[in-house]
Amino acid sequence: MTVMTYREALRSAMTEEMERDESVVVMGEDIGVYGGTHLVTDGMLERFGPKRVIDTPIAEGGFTGAAIGMAMMGMRPIVEMMTWNFSFQAVDQIIQNAAKLRYFSGGQVSVPLVIRGPNGGGVQLSAQHTHSLEGFYGHFPGLKVVSPVTPHDVKGMMLTAIRDPNPVIFLEAGALYGTKGEVPEGEELVPFGEARIAREGTDVTLIGYGRQVNMLLRVADKLEREAESISAEVVDLRSIRPFDERTIVESVRKTNRAVVVQEQWRWYSVASEVAAILQEQAFDDLDAPVERVSGAEVPAPYARNLEIEAFPSEQQIVDAVHRVLYRKG
Amino acid sequence: MPTVIMPKMGDAMEEGTLLRWLKEVGDEVNVGDPLAEIETDKVSLEIEAADAGVLTKTYVEEGATVPIGAPIAAIGEEDAEVAAEAPSPAPEPAAAPAAPATAMPSAVPAPAISPTNGRGAARPASAPVPVPAAAATTASGERLRASPLVKRLAAEHGIDLSTIAGTGPGGRIVRDDIAALLTGAPSAAPAPAAPSPAPAAPTPAPAPAAAPAAVVSAPSGRPPGVAREFSTIRRTTGRRMAESKAAAPHFYVTVEVDMAQAAALREQINAQAPDEAKVSFNDLIVKATALALRDFPNLNASIENDQLVEHPNIDINVAVAIEDGLIAPFIPDADEKGLGTIARMTKDLIGRARKGGLTPNEYQGGTFTISNLGMFDVEEFIAIINPPQAAILAVGSIKDVPVVANGEIVPGKRMNITLSADHRITDGAEVARFLQVIKRYLENPLTIAFG
Amino acid sequence: MSTTKGQSRSRKASSQDDGPVAERSRTAREAAAASNNGAETMPLDTEKILELYKKMNVIRLFEDAAQRGFRTGKVGGYLHLYSGQEAVATGLLEYFQDTDKVITAYRDHAHALLLGSHPTEVMAEIYGKGTGLVKGKGGSMHLFDVENGLWGGYGIVGGHIPLGVGMAYALRYQGTDGIVQLYFGDGAIHNGAFHEAANLAGLWGRDGMNPTLFILENNNYGMGTSVERATAMTDLSAKFDSYGIEHEDVDGMDLFAVLDVAKRAVQRVRETGKPYAIEAMTYRIAPHGAADFLERYRTKEEIAEWRKRDPIGLVEARLLESGVSDETLDGIKADAKAIVDEAVRFAEESPDPPLDELYTDVYADTVDTE
Repeated sequence: MTVMTYREALRSAMTEEMERDESVVVMGEDIGVYGGTHLVTDGMLERFGPKRVIDTPIAEGGFTGAAIGMAMMGMRPIVEMMTWNFSFQAVDQIIQNAAKLRYFSGGQVSVPLVIRGPNGGGVQLSAQHTHSLEGFYGHFPGLKVVSPVTPHDVKGMMLTAIRDPNPVIFLEAGALYGTKGEVPEGEELVPFGEARIAREGTDVTLIGYGRQVNMLLRVADKLEREAESISAEVVDLRSIRPFDERTIVESVRKTNRAVVVQEQWRWYSVASEVAAILQEQAFDDLDAPVERVSGAEVPAPYARNLEIEAFPSEQQIVDAVHRVLYRKG
Repeated sequence: MPTVIMPKMGDAMEEGTLLRWLKEVGDEVNVGDPLAEIETDKVSLEIEAADAGVLTKTYVEEGATVPIGAPIAAIGEEDAEVAAEAPSPAPEPAAAPAAPATAMPSAVPAPAISPTNGRGAARPASAPVPVPAAAATTASGERLRASPLVKRLAAEHGIDLSTIAGTGPGGRIVRDDIAALLTGAPSAAPAPAAPSPAPAAPTPAPAPAAAPAAVVSAPSGRPPGVAREFSTIRRTTGRRMAESKAAAPHFYVTVEVDMAQAAALREQINAQAPDEAKVSFNDLIVKATALALRDFPNLNASIENDQLVEHPNIDINVAVAIEDGLIAPFIPDADEKGLGTIARMTKDLIGRARKGGLTPNEYQGGTFTISNLGMFDVEEFIAIINPPQAAILAVGSIKDVPVVANGEIVPGKRMNITLSADHRITDGAEVARFLQVIKRYLENPLTIAFG
Repeated sequence: MSTTKGQSRSRKASSQDDGPVAERSRTAREAAAASNNGAETMPLDTEKILELYKKMNVIRLFEDAAQRGFRTGKVGGYLHLYSGQEAVATGLLEYFQDTDKVITAYRDHAHALLLGSHPTEVMAEIYGKGTGLVKGKGGSMHLFDVENGLWGGYGIVGGHIPLGVGMAYALRYQGTDGIVQLYFGDGAIHNGAFHEAANLAGLWGRDGMNPTLFILENNNYGMGTSVERATAMTDLSAKFDSYGIEHEDVDGMDLFAVLDVAKRAVQRVRETGKPYAIEAMTYRIAPHGAADFLERYRTKEEIAEWRKRDPIGLVEARLLESGVSDETLDGIKADAKAIVDEAVRFAEESPDPPLDELYTDVYADTVDTE
């Protein structure tokens, strides 16, 4: 184990895979000479040269489409979206081509492609630069969608993503690039479709992914210190599609209550899907309706206080926990 | 012999109507000749002959609608006899009918991880636990509310849920409510969710397991009652009142108000006011109460999260009886509004309340409620606090009574008002002072009119 | 100006006395003349011409049959026919080699047939049968035959162009001598995807990393909107200048002109690793799609005018001139018809896809059950 930042963990996964497999290339805006807006790809151009670390013009649709074409030919491109907000420019390519090519080619073509970049808000980037797109991309069959939160998982899941023969939407916790954690040396792949119990508990299951997991852990500690101590289990979904239904269902069978937290908007979201799954598969174990805590139904605001108000707060989660436990205050 | 069919002319076209034949049987036909005019869901157009020859037969009459692919005519060799055979049947639909939803492929993979390409994810094979029919209703015949977990546990432990009082929202029985029964401990009232009430008020403990047996059938020889579902509004009203009585220790103080001056002033105002601004006694009371509340901020308050929240605004709810329930829209900032405005707004709110035309922001909220049964000749009554407010004012009728003034018996007008207050917030002396202020305003009504 | 084009053209907006038809015909002829090449200098022997003539006939009859399938309700969805444009793909794909890749939009039947896909499987796909080229999952718009070099069949105008450019990068990255023949229509050139992709192709081509042969099949209509109604810059191939991509025009109705340009262009792209573009002036005799029966945007006279330069008719005339007998041509047409009849019979008799095919081919790994 070594301690490294989220950013370093990403870079280490990409670098190791590029050394192992020559078909892996990275491409995106300012990832080479500039070193990457978030310095994730810093130093990679020097190491691998311009044919494998490809600086692109600011044309997400064009270079994402080109990456799909490369992947169809058997290359394994990793496309950096400077932020996922720009991926709307490439949505036609991602959804109309990458996600469906295998199907409408009758299985003749596959698209081993990773598209990665920071997802979510929290740093006052306001409306056009703040989106949490898990539910959006998670909607489309043919894509795989993951959202790791620890340096350990971000490395292990990036290794898995690069080796996956399908298009992978890799949603990074942009606010956490600098956070540190233990990362195993070498090839320790974290599989897709397996949630992680981030903390064990018995009274309520808190479900989240990405940077919300850290908040859930803080809330769980707080609940434990309350007068009538509440023991919260925290489930880090990690993988949005494929989705690990078993872990959340088993947890709720134990705790009988669930609160799902997400930064994205509530309507048609991951939390809604989780609530539906629990309702279908753990109905007879629920002692209270599943609560969802989501972002405010507004475009992201700029002002700090408004932005904080727009995202799930610890207090909202605590309140939701109290509701599912029928406790007041 | 070539058959002419109803052609498919659009992606979604399923049938077409033959508007008009442009050739008659026996006519010579060349390739490209218009044969008939047809109409689709989008447009009408001519169809052209794809073969040359003689129109030997038409199978479809003008005005008829037929599916695409259906034969509509036959074109034969010149000199051919007009065809006598029946048309060949319409070709089978191009696609087999969609498989029924139940015929999902068996190849859907393991259920543990949802197969992202399958819609019918297999469910974990937990045996469904049947809920006994007896648990479906409460003793009073109402639909039983219990969490799914409780229903399952009840079935497993043989617990009769109809005897349990739920402490969850709407009386939902939750796990804590049956915890004692599950562990075998002596059955005890579950810990109420509400904070401990003040000692002055009775504790509204939920009925423990030993609640009276359900009486669903009538005494012998008498016809049984008819069960009827509560309306939503009735249910909501009931739930809120039950919550209020359970959580807020109520106490009640009544005073008598001399309404003679108020009546005189009202007559004077209404003599000149247009109909929509005519002032009712209730409007005077609303204004008087609102003004009085300025001096008693803790009565213009709510209990939220165990804290007293005093409201900066004075929004007076007026309880309105509507079909099958009660609703209380409010006059915002009533202390700052003139009598005419209050009168107009109240008339409008009541009118729309009865027609179901209120918007939620007109009745969700308010800081103090007035309930007036004066028009029903009710001398006095007590009301239940509209939660989470601090108090409610119940207004009785104005009675013509003999009063003694300066040693003489003269006609007088008297009205009783009763305040129900939450003992967690206030107590008798303060409420009495508050009522005195209202009384003073109403007995000196010019202070209202210009207050 | 970095173009080999012999002249610059201008198209006037349509007017009553000098409509776009006349204008376009002349342009096409001029383009053919400018290429300074024709049958006279074609080094093809008669046997080869007859072979290509047969292919063009198969395409035309195949499209007619597909249209009949649609009219009788046996073919669903959208159906886009190549009738009238046969010379373009027939000429260009004559110079296809095994390491090459072809990608095109939804008017893709001819490309499949020319690359060697079996007509039965192509027709079965159009009929939505399990024996179809892509197992009944794509239909007319999504023909794939990777073994034979066809990489689709795409339904979103312009959306496949970036793919082709990326494929070309990969071919060089992987050290092959293959090129990508990237087909698209005049409608697609106004789409952002074209411009972003062409820019990348030009950029990567500087380092010899983009052997893309752009083939702009200009049939003058993006669905029902003519070039004149879609852009103020009607010299479409000039748009490649913006991205440093050299280009030339060709009379897309004249197989021999196409063959000549194709041979040079393919060789050039293969040798340089740089993109190159051909604008083939052609015409779709068929409606845009089978459902486009009103054709309000063009006149019957215009279609009739273009039919005079039907690419199959032009080849036929050349063959007759060179002494091939009517009987020989009739024999070829009969062979072509037999091939198409067999394709239709096969398609009609083929079974529907099995229902469990619904869930296969969504992902390339775990969840496939093939």
